[in-house]
Amino acid sequence: MSLCEKGAITGVGETAYSRESGRSVLSLQLEASLKAIEDAGLKPTDIDGLIPYSTGVVAEDFITNLGLPDLRFSATTPLGGASCVAAVQCAIAAIAAGICNHVLIPVGRNGASQGRIGTRVQHMPQFRLVGEFEMPLGAIAPAQLYAPMARRHMELYGTTSRQLGEIAVSTRANAILNGNAVMTKPMSIEDHQASRMISDPFRLFDCSLESDGSCAIVVSGAERARDLRKPPVMVMGIAEGHPDSPSVITQRPDMTRLGIAKAAPRAFEMAGVKHDDIDVAEIYDCFTYIVMCQLEDLGFCKKGEGGPFVESGAIRLGGKLPVNTHGGLLSQAHMVGMNHIAELVRQLRGEAGKAQVRDAEIGLVTGYGDMGDGSVAIMRRG
Amino acid sequence: MSATGTYNKLVPEPTPHSAPYWEGLNRRKLLLQKCCGCGRIRHYPQPMCPSCHSTEVEWVEASGRGVIHSWTITHHAFHPGVRDDLPYTLATVDLDEGVRMLAQLRAVPAEKLRIGLPVRVDYETVKDGLTLPYLVPGEPA
Repeated sequence: MSLCEKGAITGVGETAYSRESGRSVLSLQLEASLKAIEDAGLKPTDIDGLIPYSTGVVAEDFITNLGLPDLRFSATTPLGGASCVAAVQCAIAAIAAGICNHVLIPVGRNGASQGRIGTRVQHMPQFRLVGEFEMPLGAIAPAQLYAPMARRHMELYGTTSRQLGEIAVSTRANAILNGNAVMTKPMSIEDHQASRMISDPFRLFDCSLESDGSCAIVVSGAERARDLRKPPVMVMGIAEGHPDSPSVITQRPDMTRLGIAKAAPRAFEMAGVKHDDIDVAEIYDCFTYIVMCQLEDLGFCKKGEGGPFVESGAIRLGGKLPVNTHGGLLSQAHMVGMNHIAELVRQLRGEAGKAQVRDAEIGLVTGYGDMGDGSVAIMRRG
Repeated sequence: MSATGTYNKLVPEPTPHSAPYWEGLNRRKLLLQKCCGCGRIRHYPQPMCPSCHSTEVEWVEASGRGVIHSWTITHHAFHPGVRDDLPYTLATVDLDEGVRMLAQLRAVPAEKLRIGLPVRVDYETVKDGLTLPYLVPGEPA
């Protein structure tokens, strides 16, 4: 059995994104959840499956506050930033197995005002080996741990900082169109080049935001999805992939290859589509380089050609493959990539406003998590 | 060189699987796990050989020689304890034994950094009971 066309995204909901919400993470998640349930045309009592993010708020909190009478399925998918797309796979598998009908997947955080990401990772189990063998030597934050992947790519293939900057600039231009983005000041390549160095080759503008807010989605079975309020966004292909040496990048045989390189062929085969069929792509962007590397690992260009690919304007709105049309983690908000799923749904419904990709019918969304886990879904307008 | 006063950097919490590695550093030796089942050398320390699944290991002393695989130069203090070190270079190194290590690289200016640059390991006792490796330029093989 394949999960192709077995499930659909039927609802999306987002709070305002900010640097200081002034509210609890649970309160934020409940707001986004209610919006997603409403968007689907469902009632909270219809929710019978839940996949909360693996840190913080738990399924019990949603049962208690949403008044869920009979939650039949709960799980977590602890893949860091690859969790959200992996959770969609988990949800559809549970639905296809007949366990439940409508799965709520909420993410939310006060990532700017409380517990910043750069220090929080020190306590995550995925960072245990890094914590023992690398953090005492001064390699502490994701920017430092991922930078050697980008540096090696630059040395092997001639990739430049300006090419990484094109990803930041393009993403910022999209954020300005969004209406719910934290960063709204125009950025030029020169602005990117002038931003301070964090951990070479990553400048400040190569790094994603730390944000407050919440984003939630509802995943429903394909049959039930057709009867709901809005046209369903059908999941055609979905997969997760784990890189070699998943806990430490230092020991990875090929440092320029991520887990998504294993998942992508599975997702494309399941979906039965080719790269040229993809009208829009929301690519997990914790750092500019991670977008470039995924574009290569997904097969949109060859390994090493990500720099010229983005430099050509391919990822801009109006380009061959518009990427991160909402502004991504770099400029909209860091919502662990759930905002990427929400944006793809809006694109495929034709609800993406000023950033709408004309006639978008098929799109792709990815997740990337520490230390290189990948997830990818291909969806179509239903 | 021995540091005095308060040491305010992150410190490792050795496990039963890694304690010999940290004890080796205290004797200025870089020790690697060698599988007693198939002879594979692995790093970082872990309880099982991914090739033959043996849990028996012997600890072998590495040459301490290798070449640069990649690097980053950090300009931002992600922890208060590293503020006075900025900027510092973190190098990923292919050791002669076929595994990699990561450590701070000293005495190599940014413009001299390249893949394949020979380096060697040296040691620094930073506090009682904790010796850390660092890297310096090495001789070509």
